[in-house]
Amino acid sequence: MKPFAYARPGDVAEAVRDVAAEPNAVFLGGGTNLVDHLRLGVARPDLVVDVRTLTSREVTDLPGGGLRLGAASTNSQVAADPRVRERYPVLAQALLAGATGQLRNMATTAGNPLQRTRCVYFQDVTTPCNKREPGSGCSAVGGYTRYHAVLGTPAALPDPNAPETCIATHPSDMAVALAALDAQVQVLGPAGERTVPFPELHRLPGDDPSRDTVLEHGELITAIDLPALPAGTRSAYRKVRDRASYAFALVSVAAVVTPDGELRLALGGVAHKPWRATRAEEVLRGQQLTEDAVRAAVAAELAAAQPQPGIDSGNGFKIPLVARTVLATVRGLLPEEQS
Amino acid sequence: MTDLLQPRAIGQDLVRRDGEAKVRGTATYAYETPVEHPAFAHPVTATIARGRVTAMDTAAAEALDGVLAVLTPFNAERLASTEDAEYAVLQGQDVGFRGQLIGVVVAETSELAREVADGIAVRYDEQPHDSELSADRPDLYAPAQVNAGHETDTAEGDVAAAMASAEVTLERTYSTAMYHNNPLEPHATTGLWDPAGDGFLTLWDSTQGVHPDRAAVCQVFGLQQEQVRVVCPYVGGGFGSKGLPHANVMLTALAARAVPGRPVKLALTRQQMFFLAGYRTPTIQRMQLAADSRGRLSAIAIDVVEQTSRIKEFAEQTGVPTRMMYASPNRRTTHRLAALDVPIPSWMRAPGECPGMFGPEVAMDELAEELGIDPVELRVRNEPEVDPETGKPWSSRNLVRCLREGAERFGWSGRRAHRDGDWLVGTGVASSVYPTMRQATSTANVRFEDGRYVAEIGAADLGTGAWTILPQITADALGVDVADVDVRIGDTRYPTASVAGGSSGTNTWGSALVVAAREFRTKFGADPRDGDEASGDVDQAAQDDTHSPYAFGAQFVEARVNADTGEIRVPRLLGVFGVGRVINPRTARSQLIGGMTMGLSMALHETSAWDPRIGQVANHDLAEYHITVNADVGEIEAHWIDEHDPYVNAMGSKGIGEIGIVGTAAAVVNAVHAATGVRVRHLPVTLDKLLPALD
Repeated sequence: MKPFAYARPGDVAEAVRDVAAEPNAVFLGGGTNLVDHLRLGVARPDLVVDVRTLTSREVTDLPGGGLRLGAASTNSQVAADPRVRERYPVLAQALLAGATGQLRNMATTAGNPLQRTRCVYFQDVTTPCNKREPGSGCSAVGGYTRYHAVLGTPAALPDPNAPETCIATHPSDMAVALAALDAQVQVLGPAGERTVPFPELHRLPGDDPSRDTVLEHGELITAIDLPALPAGTRSAYRKVRDRASYAFALVSVAAVVTPDGELRLALGGVAHKPWRATRAEEVLRGQQLTEDAVRAAVAAELAAAQPQPGIDSGNGFKIPLVARTVLATVRGLLPEEQS
Repeated sequence: MTDLLQPRAIGQDLVRRDGEAKVRGTATYAYETPVEHPAFAHPVTATIARGRVTAMDTAAAEALDGVLAVLTPFNAERLASTEDAEYAVLQGQDVGFRGQLIGVVVAETSELAREVADGIAVRYDEQPHDSELSADRPDLYAPAQVNAGHETDTAEGDVAAAMASAEVTLERTYSTAMYHNNPLEPHATTGLWDPAGDGFLTLWDSTQGVHPDRAAVCQVFGLQQEQVRVVCPYVGGGFGSKGLPHANVMLTALAARAVPGRPVKLALTRQQMFFLAGYRTPTIQRMQLAADSRGRLSAIAIDVVEQTSRIKEFAEQTGVPTRMMYASPNRRTTHRLAALDVPIPSWMRAPGECPGMFGPEVAMDELAEELGIDPVELRVRNEPEVDPETGKPWSSRNLVRCLREGAERFGWSGRRAHRDGDWLVGTGVASSVYPTMRQATSTANVRFEDGRYVAEIGAADLGTGAWTILPQITADALGVDVADVDVRIGDTRYPTASVAGGSSGTNTWGSALVVAAREFRTKFGADPRDGDEASGDVDQAAQDDTHSPYAFGAQFVEARVNADTGEIRVPRLLGVFGVGRVINPRTARSQLIGGMTMGLSMALHETSAWDPRIGQVANHDLAEYHITVNADVGEIEAHWIDEHDPYVNAMGSKGIGEIGIVGTAAAVVNAVHAATGVRVRHLPVTLDKLLPALD
């Protein structure tokens, strides 16, 4: 592990100043992702600024029925909060589908969505990776792509040598639920406060795969707000993985159905970011939410999906798996007579 | 016939003698051995799969404060023997596989050693590598023999003619994946070189055999046995990967000799274990079965293709169980290897039998389906009277009883594939087998000391229960209460013991203990004096060569497949085994359900995803290399029949460490087929292989 300085400032403003002042500085939350990366040499900061005790650990009610999740509230705590369980079952389920009890006890509300995208080659400093070493190339293309993206990628076989190529997926379950819930991210940065709609927090690789989110250097998440949902809204999270527990999603689905039949849908395990299925939502807008309509909408969403070839047959199976998992998840949220 | 012990302590489900120390965290493992002022070593490994190291820039590293030594092929001491390419660490610049050891850094802290090792710039002359196994490679070759000294190929009768004339034939290709043993405790060693006199090396090593470990180190370093002590009281799992020392042990010894008088600790990282600690070769198995309409086999054949490393051969004996499992007049088994630029394969729980009972046991299920015969019944109809391979009678063979009792307990006759809500449900069965082996050397001492009986033997307990069951055997051989017996193991200061491998430990060490105990009683009678001591060798124990000794079993599986997503769950796993006399039901059950769980893991989860472009396992950590977790295991039951075998040894026991993993994966595949109609012939069974068949 590369030696680094460790700072524990007195408040969030100081923490933001500390990180902003040092180009190679990072915030430390629960550490469940960063500490792994420090050990592996994937993250090599000069300064680690510990914010675990600086931001709120509370889950508080917002006017109108929403909830504010303090940045330092833990995944276990949020998953167990009766208000979350009652009003946002999709979030409680997503949290409990992630990692293990021990990790959920450490991982925080702000840290979980900010975990890096996951890729075996990103984790291995001996292989080229545009995200870890910009411009070095992408080892994943044509390699072990089982957990890689099918949406938001330029082509079925991107150029592995191009500096923008990255087909990694974002591994957070929580983030998929937050994307479906239209959560709002409260951010404090060197330039002050701002609010980022959760579906816009994460980014596609674009021309810079090294960046996973739109946050600027020194910007710190202080809270995540869950907007109120209409009474009678139903929601669910379904995670499909290679073993029953403690595995990243092959595909996951967060679905929210309002009483007037509006579907909000987000997908995990399929893209560089939690994938809000806006195309499917558009197709369904104003339509009766039937299985056939959902099937057609998901097909529209997946029209641009690109299977990645690779060892062990690649990841083309994810495309039908997404469609099937969405259907199964939404079916469970429809009133009896519609399903 | 052996002179069987009267079981008194044997058969009791005594708690593990080492259990409390392990639960309380006071049991010391190799890396945590308390030593004065330890230094820490971290390997430098090759990042090319084939070529030569032409230069390593170590000057900056050597100059760093806290760095004690940097060893490379350019400055490491020359070893006495480089005959074994795996052990010839830092002896040459050639790179035979990615991840191979090319250096080591010894430093004051483990963090510093690792950071420095990872930062050493290495220049290579890289050559194209070739690491992709396939059955149609032109360079496949027949090894001189396969693991455990078995013949490479065997043939009896004429399989081709039988295939041509049979009423029903089946010809299928199956494959098993590459697997890594992945014990929880990594391969770790604390080494101390005392330069006084001729020098003395102490290794606290995580090993399945302190004596075999010492023998290898002595040969490589040209040391006398008296100059080396290996200590290993506890092992955090081995599964075969600590059966033979790997290169890390030699590297630790090199590092220790570079800093005389300083203990050096070296543990492989989990990632390094995917390169340096052995693994199970992937296998490709072409099966042929010929049968009459009643299911009697007229031919059974398996042609195996698998891999080894170009720098050291290991040939898994995958075809071996087909030689003896079922009665058939025409039989053929072959093994062909591809020597690739890959890490060196080695033992993994039930080498040979584990992969080698996958193809045959799925093929038998396919044949049963083709014939419309109950797969249990098909196996019963092919029960051989004597060992088809040797013509010898069985020491005991109770496969049919295991199948019948398992069927009864499982509710096999009432089975029906059906849909339960969103889940498609099916059941499957497969047979298990494992040879009963005894190693040629092992010695035990029995001594009367302070009013207690003390037995000493350099045996190993990998979590299997040796600490607990060897006292049970000794007590019965002495005719005393087990509470009055202490057994000391895990140190080369005790008499020579064989490796804990091939499920042979209890048979071998127990036989030596019985000889020693009986000798003790003969010499000193029932009323010994303090210090009275006798020893016994395993080769003095009765050895029956006229029978064929094997353990058998039957495994039953209920599989559920989600109709939407293809997710696979196994809520029920039940095995019945014929393993001779069970010495301790508690530790035996643990071994059997542990094996079955590992078999489930092989069926559904484990696969080392080989990236032939780079020449390494892509998923080389435990987040990505999936091992079955608690949530994957539902009801799991291991039973055994009351089996009396007077031929195997004085305990009447057969090995149980490995048979549990044999056949499980086939039973899972057969159950998934019953549930979905999909026959997955290439492990693991994952949802993507089932999705296309779900409507």
